[in-house]
Amino acid sequence: MRTSRTNTPSVPAPLPLLGYNSARVLMRCLAYLRPYWRMTLGAYLTLIGINVLTLAIPQFIRWIVDRGMGGKDTALLLQSVIGLLLLTLVKGVLTFWQGRWTEQASQSVAYDLRNELHRKFAELSFSYHDRTRTGQLLSRTMQDVERVRFVTGRAFLRLVDSSVLMLGSAAILIWMNPRLALLALVMLPFLGHRAMYLGRRLRPISLAVQQQLAVLTTRIEQNLRGARVVKVFAQEDAEIARFDQENDRWFDLAVRSSRLEAINTPLMDLIANISTVIIIWYGGRLVIEQQLTIGELVAFTTYLAQLAGPVRRLGQIVPALAVASAAGARVFEILDTQSDVRDAPDAISLPPIRGAVRFEHVSFAYAGRMSVLNDISFEAQPGQVIALIGMTGSGKSSVINLIPRFYDVTAGRITIDGYDIRTVTLSSLRDQIGMVLQDTLLFATTIRENIAFGRPEASMDTIMEAARAAQAHDFIAALADGYETLVGERGITLSGGQRQRIAIARALLKDPRILILDDATASVDTETEQLIQQALERLMRGRTSFVIAQRLSTLRMADVVLVLEHGQIATYGTHDQLLRTSALYVEMYQQQLQK
Amino acid sequence: MSISIGSSGSNRGPQGVIRDFGKQQTGTAFDPRIVTRLLAYLRPYWLRMTIALTFVLMSAALTLSVPYLIKVAIDQSIATGDVAGLTQLALVLLAVFVAIYATTAVLQYLLSWIGDQLLATLRGQLFRHLQALPIGYHDTHIVGVTISRVINDVAVINDLLSQGLITFVRDVFVLIGIVVVMLSLSPRLALITFMVLPLMVLATWLFARQAQVAFRMTRSRIAEMVGNLAENITGIRVIQAFAQEEPSQERFDEVNGANRDANVAAMTLSFLFLPAVEFLGMLATGIVLWFGGRAVIDNQLTIGVIVAFLAYVTRFFDPIQELSQLYTTMQSAMAGGERVFELLDTPSDVCDAPDAPELPPIVGRIELARVSFAYRDDIFVLHDLNLVIEPGQTIALVGPTGAGKSSIANLIARLYEVTNGAVLIDGIDVRTVAQRSLRRQTGIVPQEPFLFSGTIADNICFGHPDATLQAIEDAARLANAHDFIAALPDGYATDIQEGGANLSVGQRQLICMARAVLADPRILILDEATASVDTLTEQLIQAALQRLLTGRTAIVIAHRLSTIRNADLICVVNAGRIVERGQHDALVAHGGLYRQLYDRRFVDLATDEQE
Repeated sequence: MRTSRTNTPSVPAPLPLLGYNSARVLMRCLAYLRPYWRMTLGAYLTLIGINVLTLAIPQFIRWIVDRGMGGKDTALLLQSVIGLLLLTLVKGVLTFWQGRWTEQASQSVAYDLRNELHRKFAELSFSYHDRTRTGQLLSRTMQDVERVRFVTGRAFLRLVDSSVLMLGSAAILIWMNPRLALLALVMLPFLGHRAMYLGRRLRPISLAVQQQLAVLTTRIEQNLRGARVVKVFAQEDAEIARFDQENDRWFDLAVRSSRLEAINTPLMDLIANISTVIIIWYGGRLVIEQQLTIGELVAFTTYLAQLAGPVRRLGQIVPALAVASAAGARVFEILDTQSDVRDAPDAISLPPIRGAVRFEHVSFAYAGRMSVLNDISFEAQPGQVIALIGMTGSGKSSVINLIPRFYDVTAGRITIDGYDIRTVTLSSLRDQIGMVLQDTLLFATTIRENIAFGRPEASMDTIMEAARAAQAHDFIAALADGYETLVGERGITLSGGQRQRIAIARALLKDPRILILDDATASVDTETEQLIQQALERLMRGRTSFVIAQRLSTLRMADVVLVLEHGQIATYGTHDQLLRTSALYVEMYQQQLQK
Repeated sequence: MSISIGSSGSNRGPQGVIRDFGKQQTGTAFDPRIVTRLLAYLRPYWLRMTIALTFVLMSAALTLSVPYLIKVAIDQSIATGDVAGLTQLALVLLAVFVAIYATTAVLQYLLSWIGDQLLATLRGQLFRHLQALPIGYHDTHIVGVTISRVINDVAVINDLLSQGLITFVRDVFVLIGIVVVMLSLSPRLALITFMVLPLMVLATWLFARQAQVAFRMTRSRIAEMVGNLAENITGIRVIQAFAQEEPSQERFDEVNGANRDANVAAMTLSFLFLPAVEFLGMLATGIVLWFGGRAVIDNQLTIGVIVAFLAYVTRFFDPIQELSQLYTTMQSAMAGGERVFELLDTPSDVCDAPDAPELPPIVGRIELARVSFAYRDDIFVLHDLNLVIEPGQTIALVGPTGAGKSSIANLIARLYEVTNGAVLIDGIDVRTVAQRSLRRQTGIVPQEPFLFSGTIADNICFGHPDATLQAIEDAARLANAHDFIAALPDGYATDIQEGGANLSVGQRQLICMARAVLADPRILILDEATASVDTLTEQLIQAALQRLLTGRTAIVIAHRLSTIRNADLICVVNAGRIVERGQHDALVAHGGLYRQLYDRRFVDLATDEQE
């Protein structure tokens, strides 16, 4: 049996965007142009200049044909040709500035929006980041902002440009010869209609093609990542069949989209061309009847050509604006999200602390879910080591995440040296807390900068000192570039144990009063394990430490062991006390040992 | 500008110009070997390509005839007052436009169809080849890079084959056509007008060169920005924990600003180029009007010729620009082709012998006879190794990292080929039987529990896509996975998120075990996970493991003491050799490498046992 496997295209999940009206969203996008109003104004003024010139140039040609050639006036011919070239030069200069100003203004809007989004990401609490995926936030910041940029830049400009050019050309045509103009313009509504139709029809299909390509990409990725499993289970044929199925679907969609385009795009040319035939035929008769000059006829066809472009573009812009406003709504949705953990208006800076941490009747639930902590109370004296032990889901991680206010308590309060942590600023609180967690994240920069992450101004000596204490100095010094070695994508890959020791050095350098750590060492060899163990013990010395304990040695050295069960403290005491008094502890402890 | 009849649809704004020019890097534009091989892919479509070629020439000729027809209309009908002739010409013109529409539509559809078909075929071929590649390929190649071969490189090849070739033919044809028509209408005026051409070519060339640099810059800037952003979002918890919001904002601001500046700079280039092209076009128009106009005054030329000239002049410039873009398309396609062929030419080194028979159902006796193995030439990881595993036995491979434990396991599943010696299963050399028949009787539980996206049920029945739900549930029960799966809101139909993010490590391990149970292999290879899981799950895993091992020949790369103790035979591997073999107590008593490993790894336990 096989259930459907066609999920996970990397397209951001549609979110209900309540309260985002498209017109208002577009206005809000445009409001980002305010700081750049001079450039924007300049762009629109030059645009009008360009349009005036574009509309004037065919009149020059008419002049040249009728008066110069028809009237056999060589001087006028020369003057007009030179005039034509000068106008084009002016138009070129205007076009340059119009383009540059538009680009600069809209790129600046994108820049501002991206900075604003980045600031917001940093401000939003863990509960927000628990709910969202990296890819989703990335696509909002890159693609969606790009679409908003399109609105603030070329889209509106084109809208104005096309409208002015269209109305101007039509007005001049009517002024030159109303009957011929009406005949020529009769095809325009069809053209506009076809352009809109194509825009509307094509968009969902091209989206489907893109999504199918994403599905295809996911299939390849999964297959490559699971290559070993595929081989050993001899499932190559099944994999190929599955790939072919998606590949065929992609082909069908792609061909459908191709057919739609192949039939409709040249059709718009045909419609515009039929107008030309009408002009040549009817206009030619008017010339024969001497109601129109040859020059006017030539100018007429030129205006007609200028008219078709804007109509087609307008047809494309309208659906594009709808897409852009949806993108804008997704961006503003993020910007409008209030972080549920933020500084109180009257928050004070937490003075240097001793490290007395008190949980008073603390309860906690992740947003909209069942509570994970129930009425927990305990106190840690400055310098004490508190070990937390319990099954998965017992609430260990929640306890440690509440101390730096990654989440806020649902009930009760947490105090540090008597200050309720919600009354102090987040930065002053987190500055005095250090963390070393199991899956260590390093940034793609040098080892030195990674260690100095919490204190960018630290001297090289202090950095090396921290690395020594974390048992990391020796392996770092053995690298070709030492502390300047790049890690991550462009640099070297460090082993789990090495990363962990760098994280310990990072925490040591910060020299926090309160320390939070997870003593598990993921898949490292025994020697490394001992090094890490020593480093951790050194790190805990003299600080109030909260440790999610996986090892016996930690339990032994802890001043207090808190045994958590179902979000409550089942029992507590020192290791020796608990061994004697708590059956639960003995059971957990023995399970731990069987490993 | 001026008369543009039967617009060729080349309404290329700055953005379009940019996209085309910005596409590719440096590199050779023409490599005959690659071109020949690429062209071979068009062979199945030769009939369609021939039709397309005919149509492209037809539509180009039709398009070129339009200004000429208008010239005839002006000079022979309008100027002479021949209304009937005018009507006739208008009808001919209408017919030409309809014919242009028909040829263009058919042509465009044909080319897209060929292109899509080509893409699908190439992708299918690459995917098939990837399935046949030895596992060693995947060890040394980054997944993202391989994906890019199948998705992006294939697309640039397609750009050249399905669109580029035809565009080239059309542009050359149109250029020659315009030159011929203009020369025949008025040789003198034509030659004077052509003086603008070198300027045009020069401008295009200058721009193309600058643009390549500028757009390469925008691509690397945007990559930097995305990189920084992705890292900051992934690392947001660390940034918050260390209160580093401000510095990280400053760094982002820097790359964000650099991206803006690079884009503005690149676009500024095209804002210079476009007016320049327009001016050169107007220069040609001016030449036609001035020199042509005087000829008209002197009665040497007709107005119709001037009108036709004006139309041809505007048409001259599109092919020149398109041809220069074609050059970049060629470059990309050469680079893409080279990479795709490199992948296709990677030999699949584990091949079945042509007449390889199926491996009959086996009992599961494994013998490694004097096996040596090197991943790459000369660097041997296994030396002259001998090992016999009786049916149903569990052997534990123990030893330091890099000792060769995984290589032994991989050779038994024939994921790699032995360099010397032989692997025999039930006395049959694995190289003589069809690979799939061997692997169908082999199961693996990898160290990193890998799950495919899809449902939990899909993952469990991976080796047996036709298994019933009952069989899947039975397997899950045996692997101790049923309870937690049944407790999920969607049960077995629960979708696995990217990399199994919605399940714990322990749960993923249990699902991998259920997968192996369902496949019911005679031989099981188990690379024990080292990641810490909570104690309850640990117990479930241990129990499931024991059940899984019972009645099969099993090779376990062991990390847990309990697994090692339960093994029928422990092989201590060091530096490519089995240095000790026996059972736990005997090996501890022996005081060799096993004893050392044991003492170090289980130091906590040892102290505890003394209490």
